[in-house]
Amino acid sequence: MSAGASLVALRGVDKRFPSGTQALQGFDLDVREGEFVSLLGPSGCGKSTALRIIAGLSEPTAGAVEWSSPQTPMQGESRIGFVFQEPTLMPWTNVFNNVLLPLKLKGFNAEKARARVVAALDRVGLKDFGRAYPRELSGGMRMRVSIARALVTEPALLLMDEPFAALDEITRFKLNNDLLQVWQALHTTVVFVTHSVFESVYLSSRIVVMAARPGRVFTELAIDAPYPRDQNFRTSADYAAFCRRTSEALAQAMAVQERAAGGAA
Amino acid sequence: MNRERTLRIALPIVVLALGLSLWQLVVRVGHIPPYVLPGPWLIAQTLWSDWALLFQSLIVTLATTIEGFLLAAVGGVGLAVLFNQSRIVEYSFYPYAVVLQVTPIVAIAPLLLIYLPQPLAVLACAWIVAFFPVLANTTLGLHSVDRNLADLFSLYGATRGQMLWNLKLPSALPYILGGLRIAGGLALIGAVVAEIAAGSAGAGSGLAYRIAESGYRLNIPRMFAALLLLSVAGIVIFYLLSLINYLALRRWHESALEQDR
Repeated sequence: MSAGASLVALRGVDKRFPSGTQALQGFDLDVREGEFVSLLGPSGCGKSTALRIIAGLSEPTAGAVEWSSPQTPMQGESRIGFVFQEPTLMPWTNVFNNVLLPLKLKGFNAEKARARVVAALDRVGLKDFGRAYPRELSGGMRMRVSIARALVTEPALLLMDEPFAALDEITRFKLNNDLLQVWQALHTTVVFVTHSVFESVYLSSRIVVMAARPGRVFTELAIDAPYPRDQNFRTSADYAAFCRRTSEALAQAMAVQERAAGGAA
Repeated sequence: MNRERTLRIALPIVVLALGLSLWQLVVRVGHIPPYVLPGPWLIAQTLWSDWALLFQSLIVTLATTIEGFLLAAVGGVGLAVLFNQSRIVEYSFYPYAVVLQVTPIVAIAPLLLIYLPQPLAVLACAWIVAFFPVLANTTLGLHSVDRNLADLFSLYGATRGQMLWNLKLPSALPYILGGLRIAGGLALIGAVVAEIAAGSAGAGSGLAYRIAESGYRLNIPRMFAALLLLSVAGIVIFYLLSLINYLALRRWHESALEQDR
């Protein structure tokens, strides 16, 4: 799947928290339409911060977020879906109402909304679970609900902040496959934050490796293996080679960071 | 498992029966006059013979308690929501809510009785005692919203009203219900304290007044009978509120879930 025109770009973004932590410095990122880009880096490299800035949940201290279309994400239709590390569901209501939430907040007409919710639940394989409460579901199923909720507005951009980090490996592999299917079926764009080399290689068309303190882009890798990817890709020599290259890049990013820390000390 | 349950119900009953028997025995054998300590049998008889009077008083006290409780629920939740919506209001008034809470109600009641008609003063006491736990708990609950959920709401452009109604109030519900459970018992205490402080007779006097009055007349069996009714009222209020708590939370909140492990 070839990447198209730029959808959103971060230009020279700095983010300094009131505590004085420099989370991002001179951060540049182009997200192109239809691509699956991963932000990979050690913890504390500002990858989640970058995601929150794209979502408009956090304001950059300097620099700009440029959307290709004049419509910014906070107005009108929601162009962004966000999946947190935790499922972040409302425990007091059932799965259907959880997925309905974004449409309800947007004031959607009830009938149209219902059809969309059913479709989103169907897409993540939870068609029959609308009346279940979150705590009655397994961790993997809760994450599916969270993904369905992000998809229900049919977002142009899906932002995912280490969504599968807390899941067991079997569940994670399954959700990786499902996520790729959804991404291809919906022709959406995904920015995926992870600290797993293997997950990023399996999923992404492009990996942005980040270095920490301050958070910045260290290098980029194109993972130009064809989609659809499946179990065969996971066990292929290509996959192993991509993983090795990505691991090396990540190791270099961390070495640079340590040297910088050593120099500063 | 079933044996365990039987024991849990049977043992307190056995203890009660033993205690009452012992009490009756001591009174009988020691020839203790009823104006010093009446036996349980005499108290039961008094409850029966004075039922019309005591029941009327029970209704008066219960009505005050329920009104005080409802006003406390509305006032406590309402004020907490107001505080939550405006920091200026919160900073301006929260300290005074605390002052109202920490000043002993027994000390406030005589003052209220000077400025307000008696039924209103009694109601005000019940309200003052009961409203603070609702306010404090609701405030805590409104602040305990999952931050990611709050982010999600703002991502989808939720208005303040939507945020309050769809996120903050449901998040706070377990806290609110916890506050109400405390407030139920406290409203009864507030009503009792105020009735005793009021101390005036009349057709509309509550159970606490009956206790004070019986004390002056050395009608000790009636004191005990009225006390028994007050205890039962307190227990019923507590369990009713616990039931409401359970029914509202059983589907989702840890506190109300049955253990299946």
